[in-house]
Amino acid sequence: MNRPGDRAGGGALGSVREPGGLYAAPATLWLTVFFLAPLAIIVAYSFLTPGARGGVEWTPTLDAYRAIANPTFAKVTLNTILVAIGATAVTLVIALPCGYYMARSERQTLLLMLVMIPFWTNFLIRIYAWIAILGNEGFLNDLLRALGLVDESVRFLYNRGAVMLVLVYTYLPYAILPLYSTIDKFDFSLLEAARDLGASKLGAIVRVLLPNVKGGILTAFLFTFIPIFGAYAVPLLVGGTESYMLGNLIADELTKSRDWPLASAISLVITLVTTIGVLLLLRANGASTLGGPAGEASADGAAPEPAVGGAR
Amino acid sequence: MERGGEKQKTVKGSDVVIEHVRKSFGEFKALDDVSIGIRKGEFFSLLGPSGCGKTTLLRIIAGFESPEGGAVLLDGRDVLGQPPDARHVNTVFQNYALFPHLTVFENVAFSMRLRKAPESEVKARVAEYLQLVELQAHASKKPAQLSGGQKQRVAIARALINEPSVLLLDEPLSALDAKLRQHMLIELDSIHDKIGITFIYVTHDQQEALSVSDRIAVMNAGEVLQVGTPQEIYEAPATDFVAKFIGETNLFEADVASVSGETVELRTDGFGPVKVTATEPPPVGSRVSWTIRPEKIRIGLEEPRSARNGINAVAGVVDEPIYSGFQSKFYVRAPSGLVLKVIKQHADWSDEGPEIAWKDAVWLSFSAEDAYIVEVKR
Repeated sequence: MNRPGDRAGGGALGSVREPGGLYAAPATLWLTVFFLAPLAIIVAYSFLTPGARGGVEWTPTLDAYRAIANPTFAKVTLNTILVAIGATAVTLVIALPCGYYMARSERQTLLLMLVMIPFWTNFLIRIYAWIAILGNEGFLNDLLRALGLVDESVRFLYNRGAVMLVLVYTYLPYAILPLYSTIDKFDFSLLEAARDLGASKLGAIVRVLLPNVKGGILTAFLFTFIPIFGAYAVPLLVGGTESYMLGNLIADELTKSRDWPLASAISLVITLVTTIGVLLLLRANGASTLGGPAGEASADGAAPEPAVGGAR
Repeated sequence: MERGGEKQKTVKGSDVVIEHVRKSFGEFKALDDVSIGIRKGEFFSLLGPSGCGKTTLLRIIAGFESPEGGAVLLDGRDVLGQPPDARHVNTVFQNYALFPHLTVFENVAFSMRLRKAPESEVKARVAEYLQLVELQAHASKKPAQLSGGQKQRVAIARALINEPSVLLLDEPLSALDAKLRQHMLIELDSIHDKIGITFIYVTHDQQEALSVSDRIAVMNAGEVLQVGTPQEIYEAPATDFVAKFIGETNLFEADVASVSGETVELRTDGFGPVKVTATEPPPVGSRVSWTIRPEKIRIGLEEPRSARNGINAVAGVVDEPIYSGFQSKFYVRAPSGLVLKVIKQHADWSDEGPEIAWKDAVWLSFSAEDAYIVEVKR
């Protein structure tokens, strides 16, 4: 930020100007080494010829992008979009009342702990726990059989529903936390004002709470949609063939087909889709209002770089 | 501010009757059997220190809290079962509670939008009410761009556009600075005169309450101590608390020595015999508290010439003179050690009295008609 007063000082003061760049050096370095450089490598790989045993050969070609233009890829992309939108929507619908309840509760610390406790257990272990619950010989089927509700095991696993369920379970905390922190800053007397002016309970929420916490909703959306869009482990472990997602496609291209350029091209598609989606959302939201209350545009105006394509 | 009968007020709104309302929060008794009758079109204040229950009572009338017992009647109908949105009352909140995501126009239009009023009607009505609070020029601003006083006006316009039968005001001026507070108070009073509906005004500021209210209920610790006009509350406080809370006062205890008509002679602990007035004189020998307002005491260097019947005279020494521009306050210590507060308006050209300074030996005099018995202790 420019401080005009500094300029007038001249002399010794004049030589020390704009140290901001220096202070930002660690962040710049981090972004360059761990984000921009890998991204550049992926972009470069996508235009090269696959090596015989993985890796690339330095012959430029558009083969990878030609390979993308086939119905299988379109089908997997469509499925990924459907699962991501569906799971994100369900997550937000559950997370909103949770965040609201936490913000209004007197035992916020306890509830925060409860939300975070799942993080203490390894992500894969938690997925296997779901398999143990939902499997054909799993806990739920045992229970249903014991109660005489079913004769044969119900096939809960290895379909799109199971993928959605486990994705929602996994990313729920990521949606609850930003929603909670935004709603916690919300002035609840505004709800009373709305009721006072004739709004019903639901009307007050829709007309006053939601518009004022849309920054938190947006953050929650990004925190869930982006990782779900790049999901890999969940569809691999609890999904079936019809719930194959882009993350799985990339893994297959890398490990089975050894076609690194194609894997790079697919992951660039993920990056592109999420980036465009995020930019559209931010624009629709008026400004970069991540986390903060709506209408409070941040000073620098730049949208925070979303963490794209975190395939788990 | 002019009060009284000469103004042609249109009396609208509802009468509000509060009957035996009780409310506690855990162990804390917020309201303990409160009953008040508020008349149609009245500017009624609930006055008391923080925690006295006045805001709780307001919130019960608005529908944000439900009492454990009692009734709240609007025009004779019990409204306790109704949610806030069903009651024909609107509130001006202490922190304004303006919707930050909406413009001034949309804030004011909020209740009309809920009713799905036609656009042309919304425009006309919002313009009308923005004019009432003189904010036409700010219609397209967001609340964050307004000053405190302007926010206050938006809150008032937003609450009034519904044409409620009762307007509830919860310490609406407490966030404003002193000058603005005076100004807004006068405006509130004139809005009340124009609209003519019942105003219930919660405040801890006795000056505010005295200057605009038709009647005041003084509350403390969940109870209503006195309901009356500003004059009644100030001139004839019902309890020691009211006497001390409203304005500045001198409050002492004494024994009743003799009674003749409404004049009571007291044997005071530090000033010798003092004559006071009591409408219902207590029997001789009672222990009572009595009060005299500081501005009702005359201060002079010479002994009052006629120790006329009904004029009390007390000698003392000026302990501390406090000059505050238009008046001076003196703390005068009697030989017994008791201290009387005296307020003297500053002299105009006709007053040739001498300057009174620190350590001066002075004479205080006050009429028995201005001194009252407040409480009978036993």
